[in-house]
Amino acid sequence: MTSPRLSRTILMAPGLGWLALFLLVPCLLVFFNAFYERGIYGGVDYDAFTTENFARLIDPLYVEVFLGSARIALITTVLAVLIGYPAAYAITLASPGAQTRLLILAMLPFWTNYLIRTYAWMVLLNRTGLINAGLIDAGVITEPLPLLYNEFAVILGLVYSYVPFVILAAYASLARLDRSLIEASADLGASGARTFLKVVLPLTLPGVAAGSVFVFVLSIGNFITPDLLGGGHVQMLGNLIYDQFLTARDWPFGAALSMLLIAVMMVLLFTQAVVVHRASARSGGRA
Amino acid sequence: MSAARPSMTRRVLKVHLVVVYAFLYVPIAVLVLLSFNRAGLPTVWTGFSLDWYVKLASAGPILSAAKNSIIVAVGATLISTILGTMLAFGLERGRPSGLLEASLVAPMIIPDIVMAIALLTFYTMLQATLGLFTIIIAHAVFNIAFVAAVVRARLKNFDFSLIEASADLGAGPIRTFVRVVLPQILPGVVAAGLLAFTLSFDEFIIAYFTAGPGSASTTLPMQIYAMIRFGVTPEINALATVVLAVSVFALIVAQRLEPRAVR
Amino acid sequence: MAFIDHKARLLGAAAAIGAGLLLASPAAIAQDAPKGKIVIGNWDGYMPPDLLERFKAATGIEAELTVHATNEEVMGKVVAGGGKGYDVLFVSAPFAQALNALKLSAPIDHAKIPNLANLYPEGSQLKYDPGNTFSVPYAWGTTGLCYRTDLVEGSPDSWAALMTPPDALKGKITMLATDRWLLGAGFKSLGFSVNETDPAKIDQARDALIAAKKNLLSYDDTTFYSKLVSGEASLVHAWDGWCNYGIAENKDIKYVIPKEGTDLWTDTMVVTSASENKDAAHAFIDFVLSEDVGKWVTENIMYKTPNKKAMEALDPALLEQFPNMKMTPAELLAQEQMVDVGQAQKAYSRTVTEIMNAK
Repeated sequence: MTSPRLSRTILMAPGLGWLALFLLVPCLLVFFNAFYERGIYGGVDYDAFTTENFARLIDPLYVEVFLGSARIALITTVLAVLIGYPAAYAITLASPGAQTRLLILAMLPFWTNYLIRTYAWMVLLNRTGLINAGLIDAGVITEPLPLLYNEFAVILGLVYSYVPFVILAAYASLARLDRSLIEASADLGASGARTFLKVVLPLTLPGVAAGSVFVFVLSIGNFITPDLLGGGHVQMLGNLIYDQFLTARDWPFGAALSMLLIAVMMVLLFTQAVVVHRASARSGGRA
Repeated sequence: MSAARPSMTRRVLKVHLVVVYAFLYVPIAVLVLLSFNRAGLPTVWTGFSLDWYVKLASAGPILSAAKNSIIVAVGATLISTILGTMLAFGLERGRPSGLLEASLVAPMIIPDIVMAIALLTFYTMLQATLGLFTIIIAHAVFNIAFVAAVVRARLKNFDFSLIEASADLGAGPIRTFVRVVLPQILPGVVAAGLLAFTLSFDEFIIAYFTAGPGSASTTLPMQIYAMIRFGVTPEINALATVVLAVSVFALIVAQRLEPRAVR
Repeated sequence: MAFIDHKARLLGAAAAIGAGLLLASPAAIAQDAPKGKIVIGNWDGYMPPDLLERFKAATGIEAELTVHATNEEVMGKVVAGGGKGYDVLFVSAPFAQALNALKLSAPIDHAKIPNLANLYPEGSQLKYDPGNTFSVPYAWGTTGLCYRTDLVEGSPDSWAALMTPPDALKGKITMLATDRWLLGAGFKSLGFSVNETDPAKIDQARDALIAAKKNLLSYDDTTFYSKLVSGEASLVHAWDGWCNYGIAENKDIKYVIPKEGTDLWTDTMVVTSASENKDAAHAFIDFVLSEDVGKWVTENIMYKTPNKKAMEALDPALLEQFPNMKMTPAELLAQEQMVDVGQAQKAYSRTVTEIMNAK
């Protein structure tokens, strides 16, 4: 007979082993690489130990890139929440059958290829694209608007990609909401706005926070959307990392940048965990 | 007044929802429409045609990339479904520590680009020959975590005493698994497998970094990226439409599986 | 989306993954290409689509093409993988030198490439590799301005058209983003060498390129000529051969070498040291250099080739349609040869990163 403890270990060992070997070890390797110099033509020069790669992170140029991509990721997150949350709320108001269908509809774009969805915007936005052609035909403008290859296009592309994400996250918490609380609040004479601000929003905050963190992290680490829609004018932390590996061939600096990205992610998740904890403590105290 | 307000809010919300769905679907609809456009030019409608689909069906690189994507997705799904389900069982049998939980969230949320370069660095150090196999290994990493999460959700209602009961009645572990456990968790495992398949099939960044040279390990998303970057070929619209159709089909299948799980 | 529900307890996530679970050393991860087949790494659209079929018909050797967008991209992959999986690489001269310095290229065995005799004598004496010891030239040409005569007023003839464009061109220009040519435009516009290694001059070029950035539609290494054809862009920074792609589709497109001078680049074929089938790789290079294949390749890619026999066999009508094809080796050599810059390459890639990330 095997003990439950032993069988539990046997069950978990292969999966955890896989993650350790193909995620933990590679990440540690990246961390170590960040402390060496690059070779002239690429790769890592293991004879030259240095902390310069981390020092470079606080070079004003890269600080600016970091702040710039944090700003774009933040704008994206705020817009995605402003668009996605009310949409999720609207879905909860529909009949149960309709809710399922609406959710599937929101998820469906997720199931089509990300690159294809981004490409669709290139078709719509370019100087000779559908939107410009339509506006010129309608006589609204005479010269095409610069819609593509700028920050606007990148933010649009990111929001487009991540709104479904927010809808699902917000819906998950809204659907769990106890309807009787809202009715109780209304019975006690609270206005709709007041009920929303005092009851609905605080209770769904954890879900929204989780969704927001994901959108922020996915945006700041993105490189496809800035690459295809930004035309070299918009650089995210993701592009910077990508470039270090496949263009500049400066692996050690790319490694340092990756560590920075992971650090950002951890701080955000920690903050989110605190928010969730506080929120559950508060609602727990009330109940 | 107070009765009118909620309905007003509702109406605004409804309009908002319609606008949001339009925002989500108009770009996709445009590609679908263009895929039937004779000229292939995005700006002018020159008549209905299936030419681009004919071209697509005979486009060797695209077909070979689609085949590679299927190989990768099947491989990654098999590995991750087995290891992820085992992992879920192990976790649900005890009280997982916070660290353990965190280590299972990490593969799901670590930015793709970081995982991609970490694996490339790792493979480079091992001097591994890059190919479909290296992509499968990489995709299995995040998929194990996703599968474990989905199966665990299903196991929350699983009565583990059934396993002991079965053992007490003299059934071996394999018999217990096939007769007692599997029927209960199968819908969850299938749903997890479908998720894993889709995630792997669509994954681009990690595949791009961990693939070897040549069409032998070019996956469909890599092929699409190349098509977009090297000047636009109208076949891409037809390809988008096909991918969308397959996705809709897969989603319907996944949804059909769900109610049975409840029963 | 089950993971949204996860309570994120992520402190020390990476460190947490079960210690002591490290598997024994992984089995060798290998996926062999079928024996006898060679893999060619080339830019997309830089050889006739059915070249490999003809090669197979002529030699019985199966070959497969894998494409890259830029030198940097393929170098990144080759440096990472030790060149494994590739047999013949098409890269520009400085990158061929880098491959040689990294011992990732194999020596060229002249006995196996009799068609080397078809080259112009100048083609075998280029500075980056005199005597073709590790590379064989495939195409050569210049970098300059490619523009729509119907959309651009006057006739631009200076790097200033890119660097400090008139208002009418702002937002309608693309520049190459690949390090050597982006910096090359900056260097040449300031009267420096295209192989400049002086840090102060590199910084000067950087500042000029950053200032030029705000007037660009985008950086583009791969689709600039289609942007010109569609009218998205009016003037682009281009390699002469790729400008010919535009000219083929629109007669109003014209190529000009700026009066400050430009670079003479050479794209080469290199056999990788990792190749397991070097004979077949040499046979491929020999095939490309043969007179009729060379002619056919040249007509197809519309780039000048250092293949004398092929160039002399070209249809004269082609030379009329694409005037830059008429440039003689002597005219080409009047421009500055682009070569590897050694240690300065670090500064180059860092500078390009800075330009890309500047506001």
